[in-house]
Amino acid sequence: MFTSLGRYILLLRLSFRKPEKFSVYWAEIMREMVSIGLGSLGIISVISLFIGAVAVIQVAFQLTSPLVPATIAGSISRDSTILEFSPTISALVLAGRVGSSIASQIGTMRVTEQIDALEIMGVNAPGYLISPKIFAGITMVPMLNILSICLGLAGGYIACAASGDIAPADYVLGLRDGFLPITLQASLVKSFTFGFIITSVCAYQGFYTSGGALEVGQSATQGVVWSCIMILFADLIISRIML
Amino acid sequence: MIEIKDIFKTFGDNEVLKGISAKFLPGKNNLIIGGSGSGKTTLLKCIVGLHEPTKGQVFFNEQNFTEMSFEERVPIRTEIGMLFQNSALFDSMTVEENIMFPLNLFTNQSRSEKLDRANFCLERVNLKGKNKLYPAELSGGMKKRVGIARAISMQPKYLFVDEPNSGLDPKTSILIDELIAELTKEYEITTVVVTHDMNSVMGIGDHILFLHQGQKWWEGSNKEIAHTDNQELNDFVFASRFMEAAKEKL
Repeated sequence: MFTSLGRYILLLRLSFRKPEKFSVYWAEIMREMVSIGLGSLGIISVISLFIGAVAVIQVAFQLTSPLVPATIAGSISRDSTILEFSPTISALVLAGRVGSSIASQIGTMRVTEQIDALEIMGVNAPGYLISPKIFAGITMVPMLNILSICLGLAGGYIACAASGDIAPADYVLGLRDGFLPITLQASLVKSFTFGFIITSVCAYQGFYTSGGALEVGQSATQGVVWSCIMILFADLIISRIML
Repeated sequence: MIEIKDIFKTFGDNEVLKGISAKFLPGKNNLIIGGSGSGKTTLLKCIVGLHEPTKGQVFFNEQNFTEMSFEERVPIRTEIGMLFQNSALFDSMTVEENIMFPLNLFTNQSRSEKLDRANFCLERVNLKGKNKLYPAELSGGMKKRVGIARAISMQPKYLFVDEPNSGLDPKTSILIDELIAELTKEYEITTVVVTHDMNSVMGIGDHILFLHQGQKWWEGSNKEIAHTDNQELNDFVFASRFMEAAKEKL
C-alpha cells in the first residue's frame, strides 16, 4: 500500500518534469482533451438528462404534503444535481470510460515496449504519456460537469412537463430560489479533483503493467476500481471541508 | 565506441549477469549471442539504460553513462537508435509520424525538412511510399524495416538491435541482417545486435560475444567461431542438423 503510494507520487513527480518540446506536448494535450471531453459528451449527456429527471420525480414523490411548497422539489433537485449527481456520478462513469482507456492504452504501450522505445530516444515517458492526460482531465471533467448540471436541470424540467407531478413553473421557481454559489464552487472543485484522480490513478496502473494482454486487462480494472474508491473518498473530504 | 566494464545484474536472488566486460567498436556489427536465459537481452538493456546494472559501468565514447542523471543522458540517448524485438512502433501514429517523432522532439527542423528525412529513411529501408500506413497494416518484416528507419532518423552513432530475425521468414531475416550491416558500414555506427540466429552470426558477425549462464564465455569473429574448441559454444552454434552438416564445409 505505502510502496504503491510512494511509486504513485514519484511517477507524478516525473510526469511534471520540464517537457522536451512544449509544442509536441501541447498537441498531445489537445488530442487528449478531444478524447476525454468530446468523446464523453454523448454518455454524459444521456446520463445527466435521466438523472435530472429521476431526481425531480423522486423528490416530488417524497414531498406530497400540502404543507410543503411545490417549489421545494426544484430547489432540492438543483442542489443534489449540482453537489452530487453531476460531479460524482459523471466522474464514476468517466472512470469507467476514460480511466480504463488510459490504463489499457499505457499498459499496452508498456508490454509492447513502446515505453522503452520512448525512453531510449531520451523522452521522459511519464511526462509525455501522463501529463497531457492529467491536464486534459482537470480541464475537461469540470467542463463536462457544467454541461451535466445544465442537462440534469433540463431533464428535471422535461420530467415535470411530461409527468405533471410538479408544475414546470414551480420547478423553475424552485431552481432560482435560495441558490448558494458555494454549491457550484464545491461542484467544480470536486470535478477538478476527480479529473485528476481518474487520469493519474489509471495512468499509474497502466504505466506499471508487466506481463501481457491479461495483465493489461487487470491494470484497467484496477485503475477503474481504485479511481472509484478515491473519487468517493475525495467527495467526502471536499464536501466536509467546503460545505 | 562502447565499453562495458564488469557488468553485474541481479533480479531478487537471481544473478543474471556475472561480471561482463567488452568493447564494441564503430563500423562493426557486434553480436551478442547465447541460449535462452543466458542474459543477452538483459545485457543489452543494461547498456542502453533500460536496466540499471547492479554493479559495473557502461561508457559511450569514454563518457560514464551509468553514473549520469536522466537529463545528462539525453544527449547520448539522442545518438542512440534501437530496433526492438517486436519493433515497438507507436500504434496510434502512421509510419511517417513514427519516423518523424524523435525529429519533432529533439530538432528544430521545419516540417518539410523532417518529411524529407522521413522519406529518405523510408527509401533507405525500401519502403518508399508507405508513409501513411499504420503499424497494424504492415507485415512483420515491414515493421522491422520501419523500426530501423525510425532508429536511423536521428543519424545515430549507436544502433542497438534486439532479436532482429524473430518471427521473420529466412529470406526476410537475411534482408534485415544485410540492411543492418550496410547501415553500420555506411554511417560508421557502433552496432550491437542480440540474436540467436546462426544465419546472422555467420553473415554479419564482425565481433561476437557468446554469453553462457550470465558470463562472457567466448569472444571472436564469425571466421573464428566455426573453429573454436569451446564446448558450450560448439553446442550452441552447431545445435541444428543443418549447421552440423555445414560444419564440414566451414
